[in-house]
Amino acid sequence: MLEIKNLHAKVEEKDILNGINLEIKPGEVHAIMGPNGSGKSTLASVITGKEEYEMTDGQILFENENLEDVSPEERAHKGIFMSFQYPIEIPGVTTTNFIKTAINETRKAQGEKEMSAKDMLQKLREKCDLLDIDQKFLSRSINDGFSGGEKKRNEIFQMAMLEPKLAILDETDSGLDIDALKIVANGVNKLKSKDNAVLVITHYQRLLDHIVPDFVHVLFDGKIVKSGGKELAFELEEKGYDWIKEEIKS
Amino acid sequence: MSKYTEDDLKKELETKEYEYGFYTDIESDTLPVGLNEEIIIAISKKKEEPEWMTEWRLDAFKKWKEMSEPEWANVKYEKPDLQKISYYSAPSNKPKYNSLDEVDPELLETFKKLGISVDEQKKLAGVAVDVVIDSVSVATSFKDTLKEKGIIFCSMNEAIKEHPELVKKYIGTVIPKTDNYYAALNSAVFSDGSFCYIPKGVKCPMELSTYFRINEAGTGQFERTLVVADKGSYVSYLEGCSAPSRDENQLHAAVVELIALDDAEIKYSTVQNWFPGDSDGNGGVFNFVTKRGLCENNAKISWTQVETGSAVTWKYPSCVLKGKNSVGEFYSIAVTNNFQQADTGTKMIHLGENTKSTIISKGISAGKSQNSYRGLVQISPRAKNARNFSQCDSLLIGNECGAHTFPYIETKNKSAQIEHEATTSKIGEDQIFYCNQRGIDTEKAIALIVNGFSKEVLNKLPMEFAVEAQKLLEISLEGSVG
Repeated sequence: MLEIKNLHAKVEEKDILNGINLEIKPGEVHAIMGPNGSGKSTLASVITGKEEYEMTDGQILFENENLEDVSPEERAHKGIFMSFQYPIEIPGVTTTNFIKTAINETRKAQGEKEMSAKDMLQKLREKCDLLDIDQKFLSRSINDGFSGGEKKRNEIFQMAMLEPKLAILDETDSGLDIDALKIVANGVNKLKSKDNAVLVITHYQRLLDHIVPDFVHVLFDGKIVKSGGKELAFELEEKGYDWIKEEIKS
Repeated sequence: MSKYTEDDLKKELETKEYEYGFYTDIESDTLPVGLNEEIIIAISKKKEEPEWMTEWRLDAFKKWKEMSEPEWANVKYEKPDLQKISYYSAPSNKPKYNSLDEVDPELLETFKKLGISVDEQKKLAGVAVDVVIDSVSVATSFKDTLKEKGIIFCSMNEAIKEHPELVKKYIGTVIPKTDNYYAALNSAVFSDGSFCYIPKGVKCPMELSTYFRINEAGTGQFERTLVVADKGSYVSYLEGCSAPSRDENQLHAAVVELIALDDAEIKYSTVQNWFPGDSDGNGGVFNFVTKRGLCENNAKISWTQVETGSAVTWKYPSCVLKGKNSVGEFYSIAVTNNFQQADTGTKMIHLGENTKSTIISKGISAGKSQNSYRGLVQISPRAKNARNFSQCDSLLIGNECGAHTFPYIETKNKSAQIEHEATTSKIGEDQIFYCNQRGIDTEKAIALIVNGFSKEVLNKLPMEFAVEAQKLLEISLEGSVG
């Protein structure tokens, strides 16, 4: 589904990613872990096409298509979704209106008709139930005055509504207490299928107790320095990142 | 990957042309340019006005001659040469039409281009449309329905002839001839406009609507509107407009007076989309308008405006809260782009006890435009327990525009409660990327953000107007298609 080959990228003339290789197949859950400043969030931004991030070398293929000249919204239309580390507030725009616009813009791009109000409402209700979300939440301005937990839950709710092929969860656990973390993780697990894939970006292992990865990759200095199964996450939690640093040096 | 920066956005906004730029070729009956007593007498004669009206105009002209153009507004423009304007122009294919079928097809075509189907408006929306093209009302619909209720809704010219006692009693009582330079000019030369009277206790069953257009090159438009809501009555009045492109500046100096007697309520909504000038700042309408309403006991007046057009706007729809417990409201969205300048706001004059006012102003600036809010909240010594809440929000798009807020508060009674809130924000790249990531392109994202920002005001508009207003916001700010 996603193939990243020798990816180099920079922000404001600073090299952040220095040759990343990663392949994600449908049905898989991958976790990217790494210390602060290792390039985790940059990787997410480059995959989603954020403009300040410049690809200097390598390739990103999504379903065998090179994403180099594909705009962020077109990437979204193709099924790439990112749960933001810091979800953005848009005052005056209700969550319902925002999601409705997102769904219909995607449908338009795919040559489909707008979703009828009835279907939309039904889907909204269904996903609210799935994620245990109070429907009152839908009429609030998106992320405006939301608590950290509400913001993250809203991201997962959008994911449920948009049904992406690839969901990137960028530090979804940051700022969440353990209950909120469980709710969010639970939501992601419910949405998992053999046709979609999840890329979890996290600093800590704790989220991976709840969203169990098939593969764990350690990012350091803009490179994947170690890959393994879920046990690698436990090892990192136990030994910290210094252990990896030592291993690289030697 | 494709990069869409703020610079691209700005470029797109600059190349955005006025979508409603076209010109209808209708034979006009136009007076020679210039302004003097003879011209004023000629206007009055053309309108077949009674002598008292001619005298009223001449008196206003005399006073106007002693006044000078105000310079305090935060706008810069070349003062129009008032001797180079023709003060009267009317479609020559008069007389009045009984139905729209009789209206010049070219005129109807103009409405079609504007997306305003008068027929459809009549049938579907149940809106009575009093069409004013170049100063003469050519069609008034739904008159019969209104007549049954005793509601008078007609052109000002007709009102002067048919209902002189009402016009005489109220004209110039809220905005005196000497109020300001442009109000005085309007009083002297006003061509036509609308008159509306709602009798005691009557709730007007439909929204009354007038579509204004400026349609003749070099023609100044001097509309005069007078709405009188008698005791315990209610009316919602809509005013919408759009002018064709012109190279030279056009002056528009309208006067709107509202009178809400005891327990009456008037809702006055405006969507203004006159030619704003091109992307280099050439041309465009000068919109110097005086709008004011008077509230007697327990009366309420709400002004709602969506201002997207005109090169220079100078407009402060105000409320004089004379009666006890009267309420004044002002809800405004002002959009400026390219070289547009707007200095707009309101005055809430609290004279009576327990009077209440609310001001919600949303200014959106893009391009190299300047957008100012100017508002006065005045509490007189007699206005015990007066209350005001003001909120002024500004949204900036790009780095070359300006937003300014000039709130004036004068209070002479200690029991007054006044609140003022103001915010300034910018559409952030992060907001746009967030939308992009959800599949929403940048244009749509801006429309979404702007609509969200303006929501409190859009919600105050009557339904059919809100849709048009939303479309206008998008047209005014987006790069390509609306």
